[in-house]
Amino acid sequence: METIGIWIAALLTLGIFSFLYKDNPFYKFCESLFVGISAGYWFVTTFWQVFMPKLADNLVAGRLYYIIGGVFGVLMLLRLFPKIGWLSRWSLALVVGTTAGLYFTRYLVSNGMIQVQNTIIPLYVKGNLSQTIGNLVIVIGTFSGLIYFFFSKEHKGAFGGLAKLGIWFLMLSFGASFGYTVMSRMSLLIGRMDFLLGTWLGLIR
Amino acid sequence: MRYKNLNRLLILTFFFFFLILPLGQILAQEDTLPPAPPTEVRASDTQNDNGHSITITWKLSGDDGAGKKDVVAYEILRSESPAGEFVVRGMVPAGNNTYQDRGAKEKEDKNYFHPYHDFYYKVRAKTLNSYSESGVAGPAQAYGQWFHLGKLPVFVGTLAFTIMVLAFISLARKGKKFYVRPLAGIDAVDDAIGRATEMGRPILYILGLGSAADIATIASFTILNRIAKKTAEHKTKIIVPCNDPIVMSVAQETVKAGYLDAGRPDMYQEENIFYITSMQFAYVAAVNGIMLREKTATNFYLGKFYAESLILAETGSVAGSIQISGTDEIAQIPFFVAATDYTLIGEELYAASAYLGREPLLLGALKAQDLAKAIVMISLASGAVAASFHLDFFLRLFTVQM
Repeated sequence: METIGIWIAALLTLGIFSFLYKDNPFYKFCESLFVGISAGYWFVTTFWQVFMPKLADNLVAGRLYYIIGGVFGVLMLLRLFPKIGWLSRWSLALVVGTTAGLYFTRYLVSNGMIQVQNTIIPLYVKGNLSQTIGNLVIVIGTFSGLIYFFFSKEHKGAFGGLAKLGIWFLMLSFGASFGYTVMSRMSLLIGRMDFLLGTWLGLIR
Repeated sequence: MRYKNLNRLLILTFFFFFLILPLGQILAQEDTLPPAPPTEVRASDTQNDNGHSITITWKLSGDDGAGKKDVVAYEILRSESPAGEFVVRGMVPAGNNTYQDRGAKEKEDKNYFHPYHDFYYKVRAKTLNSYSESGVAGPAQAYGQWFHLGKLPVFVGTLAFTIMVLAFISLARKGKKFYVRPLAGIDAVDDAIGRATEMGRPILYILGLGSAADIATIASFTILNRIAKKTAEHKTKIIVPCNDPIVMSVAQETVKAGYLDAGRPDMYQEENIFYITSMQFAYVAAVNGIMLREKTATNFYLGKFYAESLILAETGSVAGSIQISGTDEIAQIPFFVAATDYTLIGEELYAASAYLGREPLLLGALKAQDLAKAIVMISLASGAVAASFHLDFFLRLFTVQM
């Protein structure tokens, strides 16, 4: 049974890899299988991990106020009926508005307050040249980066120069991030190759 | 010889019974003597929380770090009445004089901590062989605070930003013209749609993997609305495959609104905005197939993207599509920069929606953001200079207790 599983996994992996050559029926089959299984899997997962514990179980336990969430869920399903489909906008408005509001303070803290807090550092550290340089890079990089993202003024003159410096800092960090992520993707590829050549074909141990 | 050995044996017996044994007993008694008890035990509600926790403090035993130095730990005991049975709630190593007695919020949890209920506490100083207990402290009740004082900077920041947004929206509504600098990626939108129209091929719009409430997705909806309007004017097909059912619903409404704005509601085709699957790579496999089979002329990737960003952008590049991307996911921006024609970096995505829409609401928010950034830049520069002179005023302005 395990051998059959390995063979299926290997053939499907090759099917997805075949897209590197060009679109073909083998890829189309693998794609449809992948999409179909994943959609079905997500439906079952959502039913058992969201609908049952978060709504049905609570209603059965007598917590009737959960019916409010249930009603909004039903409103979403009304999209299936064009004449009353507009009612689903109430649910959408609730989901988008509430979550955006909740995210606001979270982002303000994580992307605003904490970032600023970590950038308010001494520009000069007595007797420690490397830390002084490091701190200067952080402060100047953050400052010029913020100027790049200032949209109310045209990037000209000294302001434009600082904005250009900001984009240099951004591109340098993007370059580092690119290299780092490519390396992690290589490890994924190695993992797949290890499966194909080792687990499936037994060519490497 | 025999008598000599007998003498030695008698001397040893004498030592054992009259010297060593009593000395051992004295030492053993000394070891089991209880340590000095902890004193000044206080129990009170834990501040800046949602209840379900009481903080207990005490003065260390005289034998903790001083005296006999034999206290190894403190046990915290709790009861519902001063004379009732005290049960151990927790333990801290010697040297500590505070403990938070926490419990669960849910009533069904066996460790449920009843708020607004009287509790009494004792602290037990422990040595290896004995212990001593403090007097009873309490009653203390756990209750939640309406306001977390440690998060005051967040409250002030939110309030100030809200006032700024409302003020700028009001100004924009009164007709004040606000300048927004051009964004290369957005300036290219018209050309990209024109190209698709000329080629007679569809436009692909990907909203990413975020939920409908993610800020990047919300910004992307606004851009989608403008692009849908233009595609309706140009009679160009737009395809929006979605990863999330709610995102799909909002996208359908957004595109429909765009077609209505363009005066062409009849051209709107709901089946072009569809859900594929919520699984990341299955979704990518399907979108890649769409790119090659539909031969899309222009691809937009605007929203929240993760590991799929490069796979999508590379496929689009191979297919020869013009590609415009934008995300606030910092780790994915490098891939978009490398593989697409134009990239909206981070906040440019939010600005793009205001730039395209020119609506007072969006412009007001953008201007408020710029003002907030100016304040942050001034605080940052001043704070760094002040920190160099060991002044932490600016640092404290932004310090948030979690």
